[in-house]
Amino acid sequence: MIEVTVNLLATFRTDRFKDELQQVCEGTTVGSLVSALGILEKEVGMALVNGRHAPMAHPLSHGDVLHLAPWIAGG
Amino acid sequence: MDKIFRVDMSALNCSVEPVPSAWAALGGRALTSAIVAEEVPPACHALGANNKLVFAPGMLSGTTAVNSGRLSAGAKSPLTGTIKESNAGGTAAQVLARLGVKALIIEGIPKGDGWYGLVVNKMGVRIVEEKELIGKGNFAVIEALEKRLGKTGVLTIGPAGEMKMLAANISVRDADGKLRSHGRGGLGAVMGSKRIKYIALDGADAPAVPLADPAKFTAAARTFAKAIMNHPGTGQGLPTYGTAEMVNIVNAAGGLPTRNFMHGRYEHNEKISGETLRETIIERGGNPSHGCQSGCIIKCSQVFLDKKGKYVTSGLEYETIEILGANAMIGDLDVIAEADHLMDDIGIDSIETAVAIGVAMEGGVLPFGDGQGVLRLLREDLRAGTPLGRTIGSGAGNVGKLYGVTRVPVVKNQAIPAYDPRAIKGIGITYATSTMGADHTAGYAVATNLMGVGGGIVDPLKKDGQVELSRHLQIATVMLDSVGLCLFIGFPSADDPTCVPAVVDMLNARFGLELTPEWFGGLGVTTLKAERAFNLAAGFTNEHDRLPEFFREPLAPNGAVWDFTGEEIDQFWNF
Ligand code: SF4
Repeated sequence: MIEVTVNLLATFRTDRFKDELQQVCEGTTVGSLVSALGILEKEVGMALVNGRHAPMAHPLSHGDVLHLAPWIAGG
Repeated sequence: MDKIFRVDMSALNCSVEPVPSAWAALGGRALTSAIVAEEVPPACHALGANNKLVFAPGMLSGTTAVNSGRLSAGAKSPLTGTIKESNAGGTAAQVLARLGVKALIIEGIPKGDGWYGLVVNKMGVRIVEEKELIGKGNFAVIEALEKRLGKTGVLTIGPAGEMKMLAANISVRDADGKLRSHGRGGLGAVMGSKRIKYIALDGADAPAVPLADPAKFTAAARTFAKAIMNHPGTGQGLPTYGTAEMVNIVNAAGGLPTRNFMHGRYEHNEKISGETLRETIIERGGNPSHGCQSGCIIKCSQVFLDKKGKYVTSGLEYETIEILGANAMIGDLDVIAEADHLMDDIGIDSIETAVAIGVAMEGGVLPFGDGQGVLRLLREDLRAGTPLGRTIGSGAGNVGKLYGVTRVPVVKNQAIPAYDPRAIKGIGITYATSTMGADHTAGYAVATNLMGVGGGIVDPLKKDGQVELSRHLQIATVMLDSVGLCLFIGFPSADDPTCVPAVVDMLNARFGLELTPEWFGGLGVTTLKAERAFNLAAGFTNEHDRLPEFFREPLAPNGAVWDFTGEEIDQFWNF
């Protein structure tokens, strides 16, 4: 198992959480974590691993910080 | 028929002219920039008699098209020395359009120390002497004019504009008697130089805006509204959180200016986030989703109340929240909301002023995080025009010079707003090349850099594709600014193929024209080139299209640096 910090932004927080340290299996990708959270991949507007954009297939490493935001566009 | 209303403040007279054919198909920014380019000598002093202040409603303003009531204000900017167009919501554009005012051009400067107001109604413009409201804040002006004239549209300057501070704005009455602003570039000082305290827009008995083909217009307007509601940015994000939704997003991406652009993340981001703003507003019984004009279906504005439930401010924007909250490290929504209210009342740009305060903090004028100190500075110094108040009110660039600060985030002397260009490089190209000085709204690359709006993410940390992205967006933004649409319409325009054709259909149905979507591209190109030519004639060169040197230093947490060469930036103008 590895530990990753998951930060949810905007409406992704509703009925979930703001930030959480999660234990996940090695080999877990951004996409598999997203679906484990009950979020559809197409709902994700921005996925950042350690502050950088990452594709859904990106495998997570121990200590990674993941930010997930829905499609909002800006101000 | 639409007319040009011209006010000569030197002779104190007004005239109404037919619209020259070259201007007939223009509105908003395309029109103000065309008029300024044609009538204002580029080398003139921006606060002298040769500058002109031009207002033009968007091409669809006053119609039932949703979110179409932006008003453009143009002149030579006293802050930047460039041409300037600054647009705002509120109710003024809709009233002007119904009065048949294609553009209102104010020229000259009156002799003597007197102050004036302008009253615009369907008969034309009247110049009236003003005594009672001089020295008063914008809210008092709005209240007094409502008593005198009823609920008219109002454009007003506060004490900052009267004192010709370079960061002074022009405020616009909104649908609820509160304020929106033509914030950037010191246009309030230009209005002050012409000794005009307010412009009242009386739309009583003005007819509805005429439509060449009402049925076609209604159908297109429906498609347009649907495209806005279907896009997650305009249909969900902005109505829920307002523009402050960007605090957590930009912080996560490491581009949130913090401690005068020293860091890219702020540890107390949650205290000032859109999520917290929404919760706070709901808890206190305010309104988290408010429109600044009738016909707004996005409602990015909000009504913020204090802990006791008393009104503090509305239209609390990401920019103000971020720059005071993280960049000046105040981290307290109540203090920020109060500061926003004070800046609205004094009539000073909340972006320029807030960035100037960050620079002043670095210069040792007051400590970072000193929220009460900032409120005192606004109340006692800015409002009264003490030497320190005038210093802050002259913008971030001048504050940096006076206090020997080297970390001064400006381009063409206009403050860089709340996105660090090292970590979001597309917006950096916009800051560098915009004809307006640093202005995020001139080509909002943030949405594509971070969220992939318009066909996929352009990696914010890499240089690839940023020049092309910014160019494309700056050309497209001229369309929004000229039609009178809120900037956010850029999101459905980029992602929904029905959106731009619907705008074109509405224009054709309004004016009986046969424009095509390609016409917009041409309008964007022509307008940008006219603005650029004005700037070149005013003495600007490619060397002014550069970011300050300190952006070459790495920005935590991504270690991002601004690594564009001058040559790479100059590719922007290859079109
Ligand atoms: S979206 Fe915002 S700026 Fe545009 S009209 Fe609505 S409240 Fe005003």
